[in-house]
Amino acid sequence: MMLIPCPHCGPRPETEFVYGGDANVKRPDPAAPDAEWTDYIYFRDNPKGAHRELWLHAAGCHSWLTVERDTVTHAIGSVSYTKDSGE
Amino acid sequence: MGGGRYSFLSLAKNALSGHKNWQPAIRHPEPKARYDAVIIGGGGHGLATAYYLAKLHGMKNIAVLERGWIGGGNTGRNTTIVRSNYLLEPNAHFYEHSLKLWEGLSADLNFNVMFSQRSVINTCHTPGEVEATMRRYNAMRLNGIDAEFLSADELKRRVPDINLGRDGSMRWPIMCAVSQPRGGVARHDAVAWGYARGADSLGVDILQNCEVTGFKRGSDGALQGVETSRGYIETPKAGVAVAGHSGHVMAMADIRLPIESHLLQAFVSEPVKPFLDVVVSTGALHFYISQTDKGEVLLGGGLDGYNSYSQRGTIPNIEEVTEAAVEMFPNISRLKWMRQWAGVMDMTMDGSPIIGKTPVQGLYLDGGWCYGGFKATPGSGWCFAHTIAHDEPHELNAAFTLDRFGRSAVIDEKGAGPYAKAH
Ligand SMILES: Cc1cc2nc3c(=O)[nH]c(=O)nc-3n(C[C@H](O)[C@H](O)[C@H](O)COP(=O)(O)OP(=O)(O)OC[C@H]3O[C@@H](n4cnc5c(N)ncnc54)[C@H](O)[C@@H]3O)c2cc1C
Ligand SMILES: [Zn+2]
Repeated sequence: MMLIPCPHCGPRPETEFVYGGDANVKRPDPAAPDAEWTDYIYFRDNPKGAHRELWLHAAGCHSWLTVERDTVTHAIGSVSYTKDSGE
Repeated sequence: MGGGRYSFLSLAKNALSGHKNWQPAIRHPEPKARYDAVIIGGGGHGLATAYYLAKLHGMKNIAVLERGWIGGGNTGRNTTIVRSNYLLEPNAHFYEHSLKLWEGLSADLNFNVMFSQRSVINTCHTPGEVEATMRRYNAMRLNGIDAEFLSADELKRRVPDINLGRDGSMRWPIMCAVSQPRGGVARHDAVAWGYARGADSLGVDILQNCEVTGFKRGSDGALQGVETSRGYIETPKAGVAVAGHSGHVMAMADIRLPIESHLLQAFVSEPVKPFLDVVVSTGALHFYISQTDKGEVLLGGGLDGYNSYSQRGTIPNIEEVTEAAVEMFPNISRLKWMRQWAGVMDMTMDGSPIIGKTPVQGLYLDGGWCYGGFKATPGSGWCFAHTIAHDEPHELNAAFTLDRFGRSAVIDEKGAGPYAKAH
C-alpha cells in the first residue's frame, strides 16, 4: 500500500486517490498542427525511474496533486498542489 | 531438435538408462560479432519470432538477446488464458490465426505446451453488458469463430460451483454467459522452452544475461548494431519484443510510444481437488479464475492503475479481486493464498498491440500487448517474423502499425478512449 503525503490532509492510502497520469503532457493550442495533438493525446515518456504524475485526492480534499514518484521503487519524492505549478 | 526428437521411443530408451543421458534442450553459445537479425527480448514473442524467422523465412544467422533468463518476464507470470473472442476485424482475424497456431503447436514444436481447450466463459451482469457481449459473440460467429450463448441455468450446469447470486448474495447477479469452447489455457513455461528449443535446433543463438543498452545508427539513420552487456553486436535488423520495457528500450532509439507500463497481478491458492474445469472471467466484477493442473486456484484481476516497473503489485488489488471471487465462488472463501506476483504490462492507448516498422530503418517493434499477449504468442511471432523478413507487414498485422495513432485509425476494442489504464 502506498501512502501519498497530501499537503492538505497528510499521508493517506493510495485507495483514496485517482491516478491522472503523466504530469508533463501539456494541452496544445487549438490551432496547433495535428502532430502536436497526436503527441498530446497518445504519446508518453513512460520512464523507468523518476516520474512526474498527477493524482486527485478524490476521497479527501479533492485537490489535484503533482507527485514525483519512482516507477521502480514506488518511493515518493515531492508532492505539491498542481494549481501552484503554473500548468 | 535440441537433445534429439522427443518420442515414446526416446522416453523408453532414456528410462532404461536411468534418465542419465538426456541432452540439454538448448545451447548456450557466445555472441557472434554479427547477425543478419537480432530479436531483443526472450519471452514467448521474441522466441516465437526467432523460430518462425528460421523455419519459414530461412533466416538462420540470428540471435535472441534476453536480459535475464528466457520466459522470466510476463510469459512466465501470466494466467495463460487463450481465446479469440474479439469484435473488431483486425483483432478477430489476428487472434483467430494465433488460436489456430496454438491448436497445432505441440506437434509443430515436438514439445508438449499442454494446450487445453477447456472453454473460456464470460459472465454477464447488467443489461448493457449482455447487449455488448451478444453483439461481440454474434460478430465472432459472422467471422467463423466459435461462440456460444449460455443461459444462467445452462451456466450453472456447466460450472456447478458458481454462485448466480439470485438469492441476493451478489450485488450484480449473473444474468447469462457466453463461451468460446476452443479457448483454454496452456503451460506458459513450456511455450517459452518449446519455441527456444525449436529455434535453437534451427541454428538460432539464444543469448541469456544479455541486456541491450543502446542502438548504433549510421549517418542515414539506419540501424547498424546493438550495444549489449555482452558486447557490441553488428546487425542490420533488430526486432524489439520486450513487453513492459517497450518504452524503455525504444527510448534508446529516441522513439516515444503510445504506451504506459502498468502492473498486473496474479495469485494462486493452496492446491485442492479439481472443482473447476473451465476458465471463467467477468468484466463486471473484474476478475478471472481457473484451476491449474496442480490443483491451485489461479486468479487475476485488473491493473494496479499507475505507471510502474516494479514487478510486485500492491495489496488493494489483491483485496478487490479476492472479494469479487469469493462472491462468485463462495466455496473458495477459506482457501489460503499461496503465492502472489506481478508483471509489467505494455498498455497502449487503444488497447491493441503494435507489430510493425518504426521510424528507424531496420528497427521493428512488437509490443503493446496489454494483459492479453500470451494468447497472441504464436500469431505475434508469426506476423513479426514476416514483417522483419520482408520489411513490410503481413495482411494479418497490417492494421497494427505505430502510425495508426496519428491517422485516427486506432483499434479500440472497448471504445474506452485514449487512456492506457482503461483497456
Ligand atoms: C499477471 C498477468 C496475467 C496475464 N494473463 C494473461 C492471460 O491470461 N492471457 C494472455 O493472453 N495474456 C496474459 N498476460 C499478458 C502476457 O503475459 C503478455 O502479454 C505476454 O506474455 C508478453 O510476452 P512477451 O514475450 O512480449 O513479453 P515477456 O515475456 O515479458 O518477454 C520480454 C522479455 O524482454 C526482456 N527484456 C526487457 N528489456 C530488455 C533489454 N533491454 N534487453 C534484453 N532483453 C530485455 C525481459 O527480460 C523479458 O524476458 C498476463 C500478464 C500478467 C503479468
Ligand atoms: Zn488531500
